[in-house]
Amino acid sequence: MSAPSLAGRVDAIVIGASAGGVEALMTLLPPLSESFGVPIFIVLHLPRDRPSLLAGIFSRKCHVTVCEAQDKEPVRPGTVYFAPPDYHLLIDEGPQLCLAADELVCHSRPSIDVLFESAADIYGPRLLGIILTGANEDGAEGLAAIHAAGGITVIQQPDSAQVKQMVVSALIRNPGSHVLDLHGISALLRTLERDVAA
Amino acid sequence: MDAEIDSAAPPGKHWEIEYRLLIEAIYQMYHYDFRGYAAASLKRRLRAAMVRFDCRTLSQIQDRLINEPGFFSALLNFLTVPVSEMFRDPAYFRALRERVVPLLRTYPSIKVWVAGCSTGEEVYSLAILLREEGLLERTLIYATDINPQTLEKAEAGVYDVDRIATFTENHQRSGARSSLSDYYVAAYGRAVFDKSLRRRIVFSDHSLATDSVFAEVQLVSCRNVLIYFNRDLQDRALRLFREALCRKGFLGIGSKESLRFSSEAGAFDDFVREERIFQKRDPS
Repeated sequence: MSAPSLAGRVDAIVIGASAGGVEALMTLLPPLSESFGVPIFIVLHLPRDRPSLLAGIFSRKCHVTVCEAQDKEPVRPGTVYFAPPDYHLLIDEGPQLCLAADELVCHSRPSIDVLFESAADIYGPRLLGIILTGANEDGAEGLAAIHAAGGITVIQQPDSAQVKQMVVSALIRNPGSHVLDLHGISALLRTLERDVAA
Repeated sequence: MDAEIDSAAPPGKHWEIEYRLLIEAIYQMYHYDFRGYAAASLKRRLRAAMVRFDCRTLSQIQDRLINEPGFFSALLNFLTVPVSEMFRDPAYFRALRERVVPLLRTYPSIKVWVAGCSTGEEVYSLAILLREEGLLERTLIYATDINPQTLEKAEAGVYDVDRIATFTENHQRSGARSSLSDYYVAAYGRAVFDKSLRRRIVFSDHSLATDSVFAEVQLVSCRNVLIYFNRDLQDRALRLFREALCRKGFLGIGSKESLRFSSEAGAFDDFVREERIFQKRDPS
């Protein structure tokens, strides 16, 4: 399937990943330029009992601002937000960020489903959802919620994923999604960037 | 014509209207005020309630709420979040022990307010910590929540035995001076916590959304409650904490909560910054 056209269609991006996710994101995030105008919210499954180093690691590699999501923080364009360990990240009206300590979803906190479903509520058809490598079923339902709200759904091509289970689960639940390898997804994001710059 | 109206309003719009009506109905009938709650997380829990109660829409939930006695107390368990563990974030309790306790020690009698105590895990953690530090016998802990059912559980102090391993590990990492097993008796798959801890705890119904301050305290611990509030309600709660705290009193909040976006930010100074422990600032 060819890449969808994102021209003027996307106000926000949500990304979910688990095992192998750091490497995948290292392909996707560093090429984005400072003028990238769309916020990106990311749930990457991590151990729940220790601080996350993700924001620091990616800050050093990225031109865009990268930070750990803070509760009630207003969403800024062109910023990458990582969900903190042991909290769900949701998008609320505003739009602003909202954390929750509710029970685990798909054995996970933060859960991809929780982020995706709340973002679909806020951004509706103007949301792009991406599921990457991982060993879990988290994200499949969330991606379906994005689709139901008219948003765009992208799943990493299973053969290109370090761990296939998450993308395969997402694909079974969302057969109409765009399937791209990491370079395809990277090209897609950069298309969006050109739109913003133009 | 009807079809046109239908297609003009996407499902999300209906949901929004139904959500507001339901929250208003709860307020008018039961005086529980969820109007200032963060909508994103409350909506998620309402979706879970729709599944549990086999309701297709929030309006069906509302119908049952208004017309079915007893339904509200069942629904309330979906609206409040009973997720906690003892000594959750051990570093927070370690910081209380090492930095705050030495100052609490200077008071002849100590009052602590655990706001939004849910099923009591945080309350018992504090009680055990204060017992270890030799302060519990001159301390009174106010443990408050809006949900009478969770308050009852908190007061009972009974937890599943399979949670005790986590509690014990957390307790040890908090700088424990004793063994957690000194404080409970395990039987039939449940751990019953020591009644003598409870003698120093007052459990009470209190809403940060609608009630006012009831005592002067040296420490307020309110963890992972503010994240469920919108900014206005956060401000209200923090105002209550400021009013309840004695001069230079302490406020502890959740590890990912902050005062940064609050109008009350100026009322507090960082005390142990990385553990989100604040000290009430003297009015200048």
